[in-house]
Parts: sequence; C-alpha cells; structure tokens
Amino acid sequence: MKKNAYIGLYIVMAILVVLPFVVPNAFYLDLVIRMAINAVIVLGLNLLIGFAGQISLGHAGFLGIGAYASAVLPTHFGWHPVLAMLAGAVVTGLLAGLVARPIFKLKGHYLAMATLGLGIILNIALRNEAQWTGGPDGMPVPTMGLFGFELTSDKQWYWVVALLLSVSVWASLNLIDSPFGRALRALHGSEVASQVVGVDVVRYKVAIFVMSAVFASFMGSVTAHYVGFVTPNLADFFHSIELVTMVVIGGMASVYGSLVGAVLLTALPQALATFEGWETVAFGSILMLCMIFMPKGLVPTLAAKFGKGD
Amino acid sequence: MLAQFLQFLFSGVTVGATYALAALGFTLIYNASNVINFAQGEFIMLGGMLAVYFTQAGLPLPVALLLAILIPAIVGIIVEKLAIEPVKGAETVTLIIITIGASLVIRGLIQVWLGKNTFSLPAFSGDEPIQILGATLLPQSLWVLGVTAIVVVALWYFFNRTLQGKAMLATSFNRVAAELVGINTSWVLFMSFAMSAALGALGGILVTPITLTSYDVGIMLGLKGFVAAVVGGLGNGLGAVLGGLLVGILEAMGAGYISSSYKDAIPFVLILLILFFMPRGLFGGKSTDRV
Amino acid sequence: MSMLEVKDLSIHFGGVKAVQNVSFSIDAGIVYAVIGPNGAGKTTLFNLITGVYKPTSGEIKLDGESIGGKSPNELATRGVARTFQNLQICMNMSAIENVMVGAHLRLDRNLIKAALRLPSLKRRDAEMREEAAELMRFVGLDKFVDSRADAMPYGALKRLEIARALAMKPRLIFLDEPAAGLNANETIEVDHLVRKVADSGVTVVLVEHDMKMVMNLSERILVLDYGKKLAEGTGEEVRKNPDVIAAYLGAHE
Repeated sequence: MKKNAYIGLYIVMAILVVLPFVVPNAFYLDLVIRMAINAVIVLGLNLLIGFAGQISLGHAGFLGIGAYASAVLPTHFGWHPVLAMLAGAVVTGLLAGLVARPIFKLKGHYLAMATLGLGIILNIALRNEAQWTGGPDGMPVPTMGLFGFELTSDKQWYWVVALLLSVSVWASLNLIDSPFGRALRALHGSEVASQVVGVDVVRYKVAIFVMSAVFASFMGSVTAHYVGFVTPNLADFFHSIELVTMVVIGGMASVYGSLVGAVLLTALPQALATFEGWETVAFGSILMLCMIFMPKGLVPTLAAKFGKGD
Repeated sequence: MLAQFLQFLFSGVTVGATYALAALGFTLIYNASNVINFAQGEFIMLGGMLAVYFTQAGLPLPVALLLAILIPAIVGIIVEKLAIEPVKGAETVTLIIITIGASLVIRGLIQVWLGKNTFSLPAFSGDEPIQILGATLLPQSLWVLGVTAIVVVALWYFFNRTLQGKAMLATSFNRVAAELVGINTSWVLFMSFAMSAALGALGGILVTPITLTSYDVGIMLGLKGFVAAVVGGLGNGLGAVLGGLLVGILEAMGAGYISSSYKDAIPFVLILLILFFMPRGLFGGKSTDRV
Repeated sequence: MSMLEVKDLSIHFGGVKAVQNVSFSIDAGIVYAVIGPNGAGKTTLFNLITGVYKPTSGEIKLDGESIGGKSPNELATRGVARTFQNLQICMNMSAIENVMVGAHLRLDRNLIKAALRLPSLKRRDAEMREEAAELMRFVGLDKFVDSRADAMPYGALKRLEIARALAMKPRLIFLDEPAAGLNANETIEVDHLVRKVADSGVTVVLVEHDMKMVMNLSERILVLDYGKKLAEGTGEEVRKNPDVIAAYLGAHE
C-alpha cells in the first residue's frame, strides 16, 4: 500500500464539497446522491470480491433487508427509523453469518450459487408478503429523523451521504493496510499460504462477507429513506449483478475503482435512456467490452498504463 | 390424492426435463472451460422465441424447429469466439460478468426485434390430454420427455463411444494432458458452446407449447438450470440430468402442496440446503488440492 | 525429549498410498532432512505434518501433544512454519506485505480497530514493517524491500517464502526444496541461509534434492521411497545403507 493512497481521499472530499455548488439542478443532485450511495455499497462489496476474492451474486438481497426494515418496522409497528435501520443491519448480519459459515468452506462457483440463491429467495419473499411489503408495487417509507431533526431536502441528504462516503473511503483504506486487510488479501493470493501463517481463512471470509452485507443493509435503509419508497426491484438479481459489475468495471481490489465503477454505472442508464429500447443491448455490450479489454477494471488498468499506484 | 400427486409429478418431470437440458449445457461448458455460462438461459429463450417466429412466418414445423436450434448454436459459437476465448484464464468473476453481458445482449436484441409480448407455440401433436389414473398428461409432455431421453442417450454415446466425445471428456479431466496428447482444446471449447446452446434451445422449443415464452423467460430458466447442475455435482453429466428432474419435481410438488407463489423460490431453497449439508452436490465426487 | 514425533503415519488418496506407516522423531534444535526420489511422498509428508492434509491413520505429536488432523492455522499458533515447493506467494501484494502476513498471529487483527486506524495499531504496524524489512535483508533480499511480489525473479521469491515463514517467529520450520530451480551460486547462498536460520535456534526440517546441501547441513536424514521409510540416521549411516544405495541406483541416475 502506497503512502499516497490517502491523497485520493482528500481529492474525493474536495470534489464532494464543491459538487453541490456546481450541479446544475435537482435532477443532477439526485443522481449524485444515488452515485454516492452506490459507491458506499460497492466499497463494501469490493472488500469481499476484489480484496478477499470471494463472490456474492446476492448482495441486493441484503440491501432489500435494510430497505424493508426501514419501511416495514416504522410503518406497521411504529418503530423509530433509527432502531429499524439497526434492526435491519443486525438481521442481515445474522443471516449472512448463518449462511456464510457452511458456504465459505466451499469454493468459487458454489459460493456464487449460494449467494445468488439467497438473494432470489429474499426477493421472492418481498414480492409475495404483500400485506407487509406492498408486494411488487412496493411501499412508502417514513421520513428519517433523530432528536426532532428531520432529513427531508435533497441538500441535507447530500451532506449526510457525502459524509458516509468519505468515512467509508477512509475506513476502507485503513482496513486494507492493516493486519486484518493483509490477511484478506493474502487468502485471495494464496489460501494455503495464508493458512500456514495462521490465518483462519473461513473466519476471515465470513467476517468480510458479514461486514459487506451489513454495509449493504445499512445503505439499503439509507436508500429507502432517501427515495421515500421501496420496491422489490431494489433487491432483485439484476441489481445484485449491477453492484458486482460496478466493482469489476471500476477495478477489483481498488478503493477508488469502486467509486469510479459506482459513478459510471449509476450514470449509465441515464445516458442510455436516449437509446430507447436498446438500453439492455447497450448495457450488455459495455459490460462485455470492458471485461474483454480491461479485465482488471478501469482504475487499475489506467493506473498501470500511467505507471502510478492506486 | 394419487391423481393429484401424479398431476404434480407429470408437470414436474416435464419442466424438469427442460432444466436437465439446461443443466447439461452448463455442465458441458463448465467441463470444457471452468466457466459458468450465465447466458445459458438465453439459449432456452432463443429456442422458444425463434420457433414461434419461424412457424408464424409460415415455415413447416420441422424446418422452423431446426432453424430454432441451429441459430442459437451459432450464437453460442459467436459468444465463445468473441467473448470467452479472448479472456482465457481470467478470474471467475470476470468470466461471470462477461457471460451476463452476453445474456443481456441476446435478451435485449430479441426484445427489440420481437417485442415484449408472450407467445405460444402449437403443440406438436395436438392438445388432447391423456388420462392416467385420474391425472392428465399433455401429449407435449411426452414429446419433452421422449426427446430429452433420446438426447441423453445420444450424448452418452457421443462421450463414451466416439473419438470426439472422448476428446472432450479428456479435456475436462486434464486440459494440459489433453493438449499433450494432441487434442485441440480450443475446438473442444467451441463444440461445448455450440452443443450447450443447441441443448438449451431444444429444451426451450419443447416446453414452449406448455409454458409459453417471452423475451425474458431465460433468466429464471437459466438460473434453475444452474441449480440443477450444482445439485447434480457441478461437472457431472448424469448428475445434471437427475438434478434437473429433481428440481422440476420438487418445484411442482412445492407449488402444489405448499405455496404456488413461492414456486420459484423452491429450487433455491433446495440448493442452499444441499450446499449446507452435501457440499459437493448429490452426485459430486471428492477432490483434493495439490500444493 | 524429541520435539516432533511421528508414528505410523499414513495417507491414502483413493487407492494410492502416498505415505505408509512412516515413523520418525526430530530433536529440537537440529537440521533434519527428508530425501527420496520424486514421488516418494516427501511433500505429502510435509502437508500432513503442517495440517494441509488430514492423515488416514497414525499419530503426530508436537512436544508430546497430538496435532494430527489439526488445521494449518492451529499449527501456526504452535510455532510451526513452512515454505512450499511450488511457490505460494501472494502476487496481489507487495514483497514486504507478504513478509508482514507471516507475522499475522503476532499482530492485533481486530477489524474495528483497523478500520478506525487506531494509533496503537498504526505504530505496531510501522514497527512490523521495519522488522519485515530487516527479515528481507536477513534472507538476502535487500534490493527487493520496496518491490512488488509479481516483479521478483524466481530465486528471490523462494527466499521471500523463507522470510515470510521466519516472520512467524517459528520454533519449527519446514522448508520444501528451498534450492529447487536455483543456480549453483544461489544454492550456496540458500545453504548459508538455512544454516543461519538453524543457528538462530529454529529447528529445521528440509526436503531437498541437492545432496551436497543435505549432507552439509543436516544432522539426521530420513529417506522415503514409494511413501515408505527406507532408512533414517546420520548422513554417514544413510549413505552406507544398502537399501538406500539400491533405491537410488535403481530409481535414479
């Protein structure tokens, strides 16, 4: 890990401070907020996929747990939104841990299968339990507030999300360059080598899986409160794939790659909207082209090209 | 009671046969390249949609069906040549994303070309149901089961009795060794994609008169085929077939006896249970890593 | 009392009996070599003792305590380190980070503290980095301290594995063919390095094909052939053993 890794953090923070003053209108502010929310999720997912080398094809399911905890618990049971958010994160953590332990004794494709299955089951449950979740149509989410202060305007949301993003980038950089982070990267590099130096690989994989799932659940709650409405689409297979794609296109094992991936893929559907009807084809083509010509992802590929570390 | 059970069994076996063909497709490609082809479901969709298109265009049924198998096979080859071969040896995640990209392109093109409507295909030999012990069996189900059985036998013959088949099998066991004895592993990869796509398309065609089809049926069918392949122990051909039938039957039973709205969740609950308790699938072998 | 005791150790892979009823013991502080023709089961024996494989039958005792079937990471906590015949370097990390991973158990692995970059953790990490650099110099990798692992030549990676193992502060270290693939000069350097490691008080178990190095370094030698123990003793004893001569003359040059 290079010492200048943190310079990127200052640049990110500087951009975040300037952005709200230069975005032309509410539409773009909304886009930026969604980019930042995705970036936080992708940072967590990249720790799992890029750094630890484990795949999850069901992360949107965890997003869904958080989002629906924030929607259902306050609406039907009168819970405080903060409490609901925490409950969602705890449930996600427990579920992820429960599933992860047996699964992480397996490898590669089995893990892909298990996470995919879990995500799909969660999504189907959200669609079917209409008396609680509103079914396929979704349901409204009450406003987030604490101590009489209510988060309502997009400007307020922007600063909250910008703070979350900055802290997440900082924490990710810290984590990677720590004994914990090195153990994660080592088990990706050589599982047997990391075992013989004392890394309990299953425990580390479970820990990072649970952590990234909790991250996703938490940001699911944030998304739900911000948008004010949740639908099961948030938790579907396609969204899981989108998240993985953000990781891979930005760059596996690259903190700043996560940000780039999230920004690009959040913007892409807007950009493709002009292709009317051809969005899916365009999206698919871009995925394939990126992976074929830049299998390491944008940031690492460009960094290598210009001879700089990430 | 019995009638109801039989009814669920018939519909389970019928759809299970489609999963089995998809699972065989996954298995073929996995064995040749270690790639999980997430575009497999799109070949199923392509088969059904093209069959509908060509029959509606007035082509005689056999010609329409043949085209509906050949074209997906060519698409499979194109995917392999353009997207898989250039990135040989890439990370699992990268390969998964590429095949998902391919599936989006295929699905998107069909959506643009044929629209978002649901289509049906006339049954091959009438719709007069056959009565068996109070349950009804559609003649089309017999087509699905019969053709699947023939395909399984043909594949068995191909892999065990022909040189080309043995070459493909050898490659799946040990790629380097296969290359050393002069097997063209690049040809094997090419064949695997063509055959997988054709198998998927065939399943899609056969089942369309019963289940209908549209541009987006490929996702679920493909994922369930993947479940079936894993149930059977990834890489095991016979396991894939049995896995497909098992997934189909359990799904139909679950939908009938437990809850029809959770029908699509059943294969995934099954696979999680299997991975928890029998991590290498029901029919998988054991392996040890060398260090 | 001997440090490591192996009794009737066997492992079967399907019908293949890779190691069969092998018994031996190693005293603390010595250099112990395991030799034998290719496929004799040397690496398999290492994999068994370091927990990578679970034995089919038999007993392994470390300081009198049974360790058979324990996982590699449990063994690491007991001071057992190893290197690999086929390099197991983490190419996604820098060279020095590979060494630092070796110190995994000696550092605070707490996730929360790491994410918050607590000063205590940071300080300890900086010290560890310095120690790792020191270890790299100890194994002769002075010029690779700031290098990426995937930019290093083969011979250097072999030593990087030794540095990583030493970062564990092990009591017992297994070196699997440390000189394989090295040229004559490098082999001599590795020979000296193993001596230095042994002199620092670490018990060394060595698998090696270079007989000069084996005879030069080891106090005792175990000879394996087809997974079975053929002979055991000092270099002199082993060299004179008729079975060993027959096996080497028959199967080797």
